Amino acid sequence: MPEKVITADKLTKRFGDFTAVDQISFEVEKGEIFGFLGANGAGKTTAMRMLCGLSMPTSGAATVAGFDVYRDNEKIKRNIGYMSQKFSLYDDLTVKENMQFYGGIYGKSDAFIKNKTAYILDELHLEKEAHVLVRSLPLGWKQKLAFSVAVFHEPGIVFLDEPTGGVDPVTRREFWNMIYQASDSGITVFVTTHYMDEAEYCNRVSIMVDGRIEALDTPGALKQQHEARSMDEVFLKLARKAKRGEG
Amino acid sequence: MRTLKFLLQKEFRQIFRDPAILRMILIMPVIQLMVLPWAADYEVKNIKLSVVDNDRSEYSRKLIHKITSSGYFSLAGYSNSYSSALADVDQDRTDLILQIPPHFEKDLVRENKAVLYLALNAINGVKANLGGAYLNSIIRDYNREVRAEWIQFPRFSAETQINITSSNWYNPGMNYKYFMVPGILVILLTMVGANLAALNIIKEKEIGTIEQINVTPVKKYHFILGKLIPFWILGLVVLTLGLTISRLVYGIIPAGSFTTIYVFAALYLLAVLGLGLLLSTFASSQQQAMLISFFIMMIFILLGGLYTSIDSMPAWAQVITKFNPVSYFIDVMRMVVLKGSSLADIRGHLLAMAGFAVFFNGWAVISYRKRS
Repeated sequence: MPEKVITADKLTKRFGDFTAVDQISFEVEKGEIFGFLGANGAGKTTAMRMLCGLSMPTSGAATVAGFDVYRDNEKIKRNIGYMSQKFSLYDDLTVKENMQFYGGIYGKSDAFIKNKTAYILDELHLEKEAHVLVRSLPLGWKQKLAFSVAVFHEPGIVFLDEPTGGVDPVTRREFWNMIYQASDSGITVFVTTHYMDEAEYCNRVSIMVDGRIEALDTPGALKQQHEARSMDEVFLKLARKAKRGEG
Repeated sequence: MRTLKFLLQKEFRQIFRDPAILRMILIMPVIQLMVLPWAADYEVKNIKLSVVDNDRSEYSRKLIHKITSSGYFSLAGYSNSYSSALADVDQDRTDLILQIPPHFEKDLVRENKAVLYLALNAINGVKANLGGAYLNSIIRDYNREVRAEWIQFPRFSAETQINITSSNWYNPGMNYKYFMVPGILVILLTMVGANLAALNIIKEKEIGTIEQINVTPVKKYHFILGKLIPFWILGLVVLTLGLTISRLVYGIIPAGSFTTIYVFAALYLLAVLGLGLLLSTFASSQQQAMLISFFIMMIFILLGGLYTSIDSMPAWAQVITKFNPVSYFIDVMRMVVLKGSSLADIRGHLLAMAGFAVFFNGWAVISYRKRS
């Protein structure tokens, strides 16, 4: 039986009267690309923040990399990478300085940082931009760089929150190639998106509607169940039930 | 330790790349210290005086001459109608009216007594009060001269005269700049300490990088130290700059030792940085933080004893100044710079400041959370 690296059992987050995440349960296997789909405001980001130890769950249980989200949230942080919706590299530091900084605060050695930086610059064809401030890079490059920084310390799991928002189709393609590479090297990828073509690239997807998980399976199985030709149709059929507005 | 090194390296790189911060720590202190002490002076000069002279005698002219030659007054009007002088007050062209009644000379010479009437424009209370007091003393002087001229010398003076000779300890020339410059330096340090660190953290909140830090294993105290240390050093740089300017421009050489000043300043910066950190945990935008800090700074400055003496505040306000770190530092600066106080003399202040530092930083550490 494959190793379960993320488990959630009736995980819930309430903000006052508002239930952002309503008793969601799922499991993610090691090395899997797990798509976390939902309309804006469906609760994807909140769920992900709970798993990353950024947000305290109201109730339910969850483990990430074998650690409990309530007690061992700091241990979880050693084992995950995270790329938030907001671009969060330091734009007044250079490409190289950002890698050095994030590698450093994860406790990596100077030699590790040096080798890994050279490797990433080569992979992204950014050698010439190594000493350029991140602020002056085009958005697509920034996103790819942010992903590389999120997995710089070679975590077991990486959480990506709408990583391809606002990025052109070519760059999105390249971005997904990077995700596949990470997955091939054994990193579990937990990714939220609302691009349905991207959902097709995932091993399994869950679709969140109004804070609940309405469907969870492989893209193929979901299409079959809902008699749809594409994930887009599956999503529209499910999302139509949503009562919550945008936001 | 290694984590801290990376945090500090990052912070310093960002500081040296930010022209706004460099301007704030280099140019702001220079300008404030070069300009403010010249303007923030308690001495009242250029008091506009209108004289209503209904006598127009030799004695009245002598009196007016004596007043205008004192250097504190400028003659704004000379008329013989009180109502026209009052109109000048209405127009704010005059601060003081001195009315010399008719027969002033005659009364003075013949009856040996005369009456003068003084009206003050009390909109600017300080100016009116001090102006009135100056004028009184000039007239008293004048009075003595007239008596000396007219009264034949008896063997013993009929009037007992007490002459007061005073000497001003610690600030012999009563130089206001000696008093103001150290105080202004304190305010500068407070602004740098409390604002820069707070704005820096809130900026990370706004951009979202703080969340990225929060998903790393960086410990809370590492993060806070990583923010405290750079701005603590910057504060000491500003202090050094300020002390250099006080020496070069105003010739102020502390009577006490620099060590005393730096030891206290180091502790003081820790306290105000703690206040800044605390501010940053509560404010969610830079505007919000600026408004709160503006409000706090107003209270700190007005109840800090920079412009007004704490001893003459009402009792309740004096109690408030006990909770104001600025008042301690201003006090210490004046004690050390003017009086030459040593570390032992200011140990009470040091203890209080240590209390502030522990309180603010402790509260900040408790309210900073990596998880919401």
